[in-house]
Amino acid sequence: MDNFYMGIDVGSVSTNLVLIDEENNLVYKRYLRTQGRPLDILKEGIKEVKDKFGDAHILGVGTTGSGRYLASVLIGADVIKNEITCHAVAALDHNPDTRTVIEIGGQDSKIIIINDGIVVDFAMNTVCAAGTGSFLDRQALRLGMEISDFGTIALNSSNPVRIAGRCAVFAESDMIHKQQLGHNQEDIVRGLCDALVRNYLSNIAKGKYVKSPILFQGGVAANKGIREAFEIELKEEVYIPTNFDVMGAIGAAILSKDEVKEKGHTKFKGIDMCRKDYKVNPIDCNGCSNICEILEIKEDGNILARYGDKCGKWSL
Amino acid sequence: MIPPPVCSRKTLEIGSKHSPEMMCLPFKVFIGNYIESIEKGADTIIITGSCGPCRFGLYSLIQEDILQDLGYDVDLIVIDSIKEGYKEFISNLKKITKTNTLPQLYKSSRLALDLIKRADDLTQKSNYTRAYAVDKNHVNQIMDNYLKTSVQIHGASELINLINKTKEELSNVKLLENYNPIKIGIIGEIYTIIEPFVNLDVERKLGQLGVLVDKSLTPTKWLEHHVINYPFGSEDENNKFKLAKPYLHTPIGGHGRETLGSAIHYKNLGYDGVIQILPLNCMPEIVAKSILKNVSKDLDFPIMTLVVDEMTGEAGFVTRLEAFVDLLSKRREKHLIG
Repeated sequence: MDNFYMGIDVGSVSTNLVLIDEENNLVYKRYLRTQGRPLDILKEGIKEVKDKFGDAHILGVGTTGSGRYLASVLIGADVIKNEITCHAVAALDHNPDTRTVIEIGGQDSKIIIINDGIVVDFAMNTVCAAGTGSFLDRQALRLGMEISDFGTIALNSSNPVRIAGRCAVFAESDMIHKQQLGHNQEDIVRGLCDALVRNYLSNIAKGKYVKSPILFQGGVAANKGIREAFEIELKEEVYIPTNFDVMGAIGAAILSKDEVKEKGHTKFKGIDMCRKDYKVNPIDCNGCSNICEILEIKEDGNILARYGDKCGKWSL
Repeated sequence: MIPPPVCSRKTLEIGSKHSPEMMCLPFKVFIGNYIESIEKGADTIIITGSCGPCRFGLYSLIQEDILQDLGYDVDLIVIDSIKEGYKEFISNLKKITKTNTLPQLYKSSRLALDLIKRADDLTQKSNYTRAYAVDKNHVNQIMDNYLKTSVQIHGASELINLINKTKEELSNVKLLENYNPIKIGIIGEIYTIIEPFVNLDVERKLGQLGVLVDKSLTPTKWLEHHVINYPFGSEDENNKFKLAKPYLHTPIGGHGRETLGSAIHYKNLGYDGVIQILPLNCMPEIVAKSILKNVSKDLDFPIMTLVVDEMTGEAGFVTRLEAFVDLLSKRREKHLIG
């Protein structure tokens, strides 16, 4: 019987599930759209794993992404790790010499600087989501094209349009303006890619020493136009790992393996959790002027967890 | 004496509504604090002044206007630096402490300073205890209880009793053995560092991760530097100026120079890293931030900057703190092996 470790990355846009074996080889990956329903999607993902690997041993589970705590409540994770550490772990597993990780996901983008195999610096976008996946999604929709074709179309451009990419809202109005002027679609798409890369480098990567080898991860790495724009701006080759879209989950799985090896046991509740019924009950606490929004998660009618309060009154 | 209600989302909402949009965060929280206190019956507001090249110097003037425009009739007492006039300083203090003679004033001021020092020491003790505690929530409960009780009691002696009692409770918390916590210094703009609501409770969040936290500025440190040891300044703060000198030799307003000095100070103390916290568009700290990049590189010392304002999302904040702590632990592991 095979032994696996599971990594789950519950992000704003996608929920990724991976299984790795003892040698950190990827055995299974599933990329699901979160669609604002992390609970259901998670159950669905686990059910698929069960159908496929029903009799396999899952020895450990790691969760990451903005929904990492929620996922852990449901599943029982051995490791709950932030996205930055997970992405770095996966990048180093892919190539131990990695110096820079560019990660662009659904709603945030990061840069991780690595020296001698350890993270020495990092940054995340702070206030604005310009240049992330969900912004590109929206613009693809507006231009009437599939997001999967976006990058290929950009590569056809011979005369990219200059678009103001500092702010998502202004980039959109500038793009519409360029459309109205009658520019080619591929030139506009290419212009958008360039603008996003410029914005990334001058905001998130500002003041950071980007050194080669550079790894580009996250859903947006599928976009060939963005990759090429990065290579032109950085004057360096940008590598895209085979499993670029699930690197966070792979990192979580690797970390869970280390944790379980050290502890000797797992907290994983078992794959049958997908059969249970989960309900989320929001509560507005009016105990004080903070008016905390509390979430209560129930498993088959029993309260599993409550969180969101500042004072600890609702915690179990 | 009406202490402002504990800062909450409502405080900030009131403050943001009545403040200029591009004003720094402390200003907005102050306005919220004022209005909430006035509604509870306060008729006098005490604020410290400043003449440094930082917007804090304008606070009292603009805030008085705002309160008047809103129709609140209150007395705003500004305690300016002693530099600005010894006479005013003393007469303001007399007004606040309701004393007439200098010896009386001396006595009540001593008491006030003593109380502030005790309260700061207690907070620091809780930070140390939390890092080592087996059950971190136990420390949180003790401190929550202390804060809740402190507004219900009256008089200095009751407060001292409460502080002593809380101290004892903290001493009885079960601690981890042979534990060597990651040590992080918190540097940056003073108000942001000391008000937990504004810095999203950074001390607690780090303590929860088993990190030992120390703040570069506290009310005690400020008073020791600006009042008690006037005009010479306290030894610690003067030392920070000295440390900052290779990078910056003039004041740049606010606590910009202290921030730089503090970073180097913590490096010398053997801390693993520092976190700079500033309110969005705080000029002195932005200048310090750019210089900290060089400090970090020259000394090979991890420094992370976090910017807070009324739009700050908690999730991203926590992710950064966790990642920074991971970074520091990995660094330490490597130093031990290599």
